[in-house]
Amino acid sequence: MAKQSVLIPLFAFVILVVILGLGFTLSDHKDLPAQRVNEPMPAFSLPSLWQPQFQITAASLDGEAALINVWATWCPSCVAEHAELARIHTEEGIRIVGINYNDDPEAARAFLRRWGDPYAFHIVDAEGTLAVDLGVYGAPETFVIDSSGVIRYRHVGVVTERVFEEKLKPLLNQFKDRS
Amino acid sequence: MRVIKPLSLVALLMLFVSGASAVIEAQMFPDDTVKARYYDLIAEFRCPQCLNTNLAGSDAMIAQDLRKTILRLLIDGKTDAEIEAYLYDRYGDFILYEPRLTPRTWLLWLGPVGLGALGFWIWFSLGWRTGRPRETALSEEEQDRVQRLLDQP
Repeated sequence: MAKQSVLIPLFAFVILVVILGLGFTLSDHKDLPAQRVNEPMPAFSLPSLWQPQFQITAASLDGEAALINVWATWCPSCVAEHAELARIHTEEGIRIVGINYNDDPEAARAFLRRWGDPYAFHIVDAEGTLAVDLGVYGAPETFVIDSSGVIRYRHVGVVTERVFEEKLKPLLNQFKDRS
Repeated sequence: MRVIKPLSLVALLMLFVSGASAVIEAQMFPDDTVKARYYDLIAEFRCPQCLNTNLAGSDAMIAQDLRKTILRLLIDGKTDAEIEAYLYDRYGDFILYEPRLTPRTWLLWLGPVGLGALGFWIWFSLGWRTGRPRETALSEEEQDRVQRLLDQP
């Protein structure tokens, strides 16, 4: 009997450790599941940054696995990842589509003219409507879409060479040949 | 006892100031019903970018966008439930202060009940044992000894 009463606090402790352990694995809210993964790109019709008279739709994204990068000139982390995106485009030949999020289009064009434009094209999301449809909660975010325009992965935060090599590149290779 | 200085009192009162209406924006409301529902809804959802601020209290870009989105949906004539579903589709449990009951959230919802049950079980099993009269009866040998000690002059 005396043994059992020693075991009770031990059991309680083990249960607490399990619950708190689970809690800590959830603690990074950026790891919460992306609601849109494995769904097609939401429908949209938004102007192009370089040719504002031209409307881009979800159909423009079909045909090739690509990275969709949500960026803005007001976002320091986006500026920081620009060089890595340029490397990914030139060295790896990956198609990158930009969503210019809540930005001043003139400032965005000036930024790209100065630092180069590795993107295939930019969707101007001045009101953040496409970003909300994608479940974006801050820039930068980068999505992997397959060749039929289905979202396969979402990365929150700066794309570094390591992120690209470990997460994005394998997925791009995996979904490159889907039709 | 020391008299509380007026300044400390002000500092104390500031603890109770709510941050809920921290952001003021010029929104165009078609009527007062929409306005009232708008303020109710933006207080109800959590800002996805922030750790614990509602949409009403946050100045984050995404909170501004979601406030605009909610107003647009209200003007489109969507019900509160439809607006909740719209946001839930895009941002998931994180946006709700009361997450839905799904397998992922079972522990969250049922955990306190389980811990309460565990507590009752421990309390009950310990209480049952300590409340029971102890076996204090002395053996014959011991009683003899007690008697002898008492009988000593």
